[in-house]
Amino acid sequence: MTRKEFVHFFLKNKKVIFAICVYAGLIILALVGPYLSPYKDPLAFVGPGYQPPSKEHWLGTNTFGQDIFTQLVYGLRSSLFVGLLGGTLATVIGLLIGFVAGYKGGWFDEILMMFTNILMVIPTLALLIIIAAYLPYRGVFIESIIIGFTAWPWTARAVRAQTLSLKTREFVDLARITARKPMKIIFGEIMPNMMSYVFMVFILQFGGAILAATGLDFIGLGPTRGISLGIMMQQATLWNAIQLGMWWWAITPGAVITLMVATLYVMNAGLDEVFNPKLREM
Amino acid sequence: MRKYLTKKILIYILTFFFAVTIDWAIPRFMPGNPINFLISRFAGLPDSVKVLQSYFTQAFGLDKPLWEQYVNFWKALFRGDLGISIYMYPQPVAKVIARALPYSLVVLLPAVLLSFAIGNRFGAFVARKKRLDNFALPVFYTLTASPYFWFGILLAWIFGVVIPLFPLAGAYSFGITPSFSWNFILDFLHHWVLPFGSLFLVMLGGWAIGMRNMIIYELEANYSRYLEALGSSQRLIRRYAYRNAILPQVTGLAIQLGTVVAGALTTEIVFSYPGIGYILMQGILNQDYFLIQGCFLFIILGVLLANFLVDIFYMIIDPRIRKSYSGEV
Repeated sequence: MTRKEFVHFFLKNKKVIFAICVYAGLIILALVGPYLSPYKDPLAFVGPGYQPPSKEHWLGTNTFGQDIFTQLVYGLRSSLFVGLLGGTLATVIGLLIGFVAGYKGGWFDEILMMFTNILMVIPTLALLIIIAAYLPYRGVFIESIIIGFTAWPWTARAVRAQTLSLKTREFVDLARITARKPMKIIFGEIMPNMMSYVFMVFILQFGGAILAATGLDFIGLGPTRGISLGIMMQQATLWNAIQLGMWWWAITPGAVITLMVATLYVMNAGLDEVFNPKLREM
Repeated sequence: MRKYLTKKILIYILTFFFAVTIDWAIPRFMPGNPINFLISRFAGLPDSVKVLQSYFTQAFGLDKPLWEQYVNFWKALFRGDLGISIYMYPQPVAKVIARALPYSLVVLLPAVLLSFAIGNRFGAFVARKKRLDNFALPVFYTLTASPYFWFGILLAWIFGVVIPLFPLAGAYSFGITPSFSWNFILDFLHHWVLPFGSLFLVMLGGWAIGMRNMIIYELEANYSRYLEALGSSQRLIRRYAYRNAILPQVTGLAIQLGTVVAGALTTEIVFSYPGIGYILMQGILNQDYFLIQGCFLFIILGVLLANFLVDIFYMIIDPRIRKSYSGEV
């Protein structure tokens, strides 16, 4: 696909446009939200508790009188950060292992894939729980690193399969005859041919990291200081926000996460249509 | 077929070995020594600090060389000894987990099986039907994108607070003792609906989307085009497409199991449902490391077993695997 064609289908695809708009909105909210809010510290007690959304508190307050909107925009920041760092890390590790295992083959491949399969069966959250439980002080950064290092296996397996099919093509043989180094062949010949796939993998890993972090925060293994969307929901559950009818505290943070992740899925479906002409005409 | 099974079993044994090793290693090699951290909470009581210090040193066997600690860990494991819970002192962890396990299974198993069966049918039905697709797809995407526990919170709010139909917490009412009476079973089911429903619906979305995409892909395949050219009915073509599309879905089931279990854990917390997830949360909040270790092992064991069952199921429904490994193809 030429670049012009790509841009044409990219900008004509409603799903892609929708996703870009939503994300632009979310990023702007995360960047300027803290300055819009009249309250600077998300953990400060700024008003009476149990307040439904009002002029002073746009999304109400929680039991302790903390402002939900302020917490939400700070939580959004940390979610985007985890998605970006955790997602990038998982994608990069998955790509490297997938490329090397697929291209080198033989014993190297067997061992790497054995390791990948083992990690794939172990539930990521269980692994995260056991690691995070023993770290007395955790930040968003550490959380993203742990998530990145546990989320790569399916990517590695998928990339390996793609590499296996690409490496028997003639242009790769040609590169090999000219005595190019294996790493140069991988990144110069094989990777450019699956860039669309890599991009979609990254989007899925981005969403996966956000969801994993939310789950971890919710069971009490998130950042030990600061705020995140998962921590908001954990506190809401621990303090019976639902029983008290405080939907603005318990429901809103999860709604933002669902919007973020669902938009990523829609983006992926749209990109699939851009890259794969068979899916385009419905 | 035998070869396929032996290879799979080997992987599972290795995985279990690896998981147990992680479970053993992490409290020992983590920076910041979790035992000191644990004891520091009792800093106000100097006497108990001494007792605790010696108790933990013995319990973890920290006075012995590393390899002996490791061997002892395995030995204790085979005896079913997972240590003593600190949070529910002096009950053994194995007993605490055994009591919680049925509650987890009774929610998780029906949710996984039913959502898989119904989600796939639904996804196949929706595929390539423009109007229905446009309506159903956003719903599926929203379902599958929501964190399990958040969807639980949402259902709890709608069906527990706005329209108070179902109870919000526990596996049965406080006034009732578990027994095989109609009274108890009805009460139990009443409490079971919301946790089950939230797991079921979130998973349903994922399976439906996967199946929809697979069916579209299969309907583009040559055999479908050929059948179409022969003039066979759409129903027949779709039936063939479904049989092919279900295979990657079963593989997907195996891959998803870990996520699903994690989702179930968090959902239990929302509804204070006394399963593994709930006691794991208690373990985390109370820094009960033996309980956390025990839960981790049980979760791994459960996922491994489920993976193995999925593998066998896959072998039954895909004749190619059976035949290629026995040399018939």
